[in-house]
Amino acid sequence: MSLAYYPGCTLKTQARNLEEPAVASMEALGLKLDELPGWNCCGAVYSLADDDLIHQVAPVRNLIRVKKQGKTKLVTLCAFCLNSLKRANLLMKEDAEKRDTLNSFIDEGIDYSGEVEVVHLLEVLRDEVGWETLSQKVKFPLRELKVAPYYGCTLLRPREIAIDNVEDPTILREFLEALGASPVDFPESTRCCGSYQVISSPDSIAEYTRPILSSALSHGAEALVVTCPLCDYNLARGQKELAKKQGGFREMPLFYFTQLLALALGLGPQICHFELNHGKPESLLKEKNLLSQVESLQLIGGKE
Amino acid sequence: MSAKQTKKKPAATTVKHTAKKPAGTAVKEERQVAARLIPIYIMGKRYEVPEGLTIMKAMEYAGYILIRGCGCRGGTCGACGTFYRKPGDYKLQVALACQKTVEPNMYIAQIPFFPANRAMYDFAGLTAAPEEVFKLYPEMFRCVACNSCTKACPQGIEVMDAVSALKQGNIAGAAQLSFDCIQCGLCTSRCFGELAQYHMFQLARRIYAARIVPRAEHLAGMVKAVNEGKYDRSLDELKQAKEDELKKLYQEREVEPMAAGEDWKPKDTRYL
Repeated sequence: MSLAYYPGCTLKTQARNLEEPAVASMEALGLKLDELPGWNCCGAVYSLADDDLIHQVAPVRNLIRVKKQGKTKLVTLCAFCLNSLKRANLLMKEDAEKRDTLNSFIDEGIDYSGEVEVVHLLEVLRDEVGWETLSQKVKFPLRELKVAPYYGCTLLRPREIAIDNVEDPTILREFLEALGASPVDFPESTRCCGSYQVISSPDSIAEYTRPILSSALSHGAEALVVTCPLCDYNLARGQKELAKKQGGFREMPLFYFTQLLALALGLGPQICHFELNHGKPESLLKEKNLLSQVESLQLIGGKE
Repeated sequence: MSAKQTKKKPAATTVKHTAKKPAGTAVKEERQVAARLIPIYIMGKRYEVPEGLTIMKAMEYAGYILIRGCGCRGGTCGACGTFYRKPGDYKLQVALACQKTVEPNMYIAQIPFFPANRAMYDFAGLTAAPEEVFKLYPEMFRCVACNSCTKACPQGIEVMDAVSALKQGNIAGAAQLSFDCIQCGLCTSRCFGELAQYHMFQLARRIYAARIVPRAEHLAGMVKAVNEGKYDRSLDELKQAKEDELKKLYQEREVEPMAAGEDWKPKDTRYL
């Protein structure tokens, strides 16, 4: 079975370590991610101006192209893409006047009214694969890996597009449990990382990320798991700034959830592209004996 | 199109073709050919021109002398990008003036050149890293996927998809999608985000050809062999051969069959 899949621009350049392990993992789980032909930018940031329809064109065009493929569901990996696609979809469903304007401007030959369902890969794992099936497919439980699930904003806010309970999300914790890891709950897991604010005020990055990182550390996390390239970027830069400013501040590895998935499914570290990660994740994995396990299995299996 | 309009008045009902004869034959042949005249509008002014002419020829017929914006007249140089509209249809149409034949009531405007800044770069210093292209053309991220560029392409290129490919770091994809680009600039003239598509694509194709497509190793080997004089003797023999001998060699040469496989070899392998 295959699922229409929307990668997003960053996943093709800076965040290949988010995409490649996901594609390999889903293939291993028997749900092939089928990249949408001719996809374009998701719009990056959902425009809040009421009459700013031009910035809805990009996400809606993607959704129309999914419909043209005869597909009814679109899977995303990047939390930001999920957010802008899902909100644009909601607009097309609910606002008849704007829908007509957009349809006639976009001019793709067919009309669209929100028929495609936009989902995040975590939802596919929860609702279609199921945590139990997933845990059965795990070859290398990530035992004793204390990871704090970090949601950020865009998976959960606004409420209408949330993939889980807005106030008390559990999807990432359940995911980590299925992989055999030890999730570390912490109160700042849905606090904003600073998002694009750090472009206009780059000096504020340490202050945005300090509460998140300190809270995760003080609750015993050894690493953070993220779903969004922008969160990853901000948290990584924030850590560096904090380490510079404040002696003794410990930087921790940041993982994309898909890297942990691939690792637990036994797909090996190469597909995870740890070289693109911040905060030396491989040394933590070695310390936890999680890389050597995979390597030894690959030797037994006769794979390089 | 830089054009001068002469005072020549077009014929009202017939077309006059004056066939030029070589010097010495003083006969002036004048043929009267009946051709239906149709109205077109050049820069808003009505002209009656014979149907079947290209837009470019129709403009010349109407009295314009084209000294720019009329390069190859064969549909490949990109100098004669043209916009037109027809009454009753809000859609803007595009064409190359040298390719498109006139239709009744076309309102025509030439866009022989459209300003777009080309980034300065030292090609030798470029690798195939997408970030280098992002730095040279940062405005590509202003694209809102309106698709006006695609609609404006007389070559039928999926221009917006090529921009998307480039934004995704897919230089090879952008190069392949834009392969037919003749750099007429019509996409750029319609761009909401003020991108310089045709320059961006040219850079993508350069990088693709020089850094991404695998080098043909056998070509380097052959160039080396030629430089080392492998064929000098046989070339000298040919140079000294008499005409009859050359003709015989040419007529009796062994030709590779149309459906030859990759392992095909000529019977005479001396030159391999």
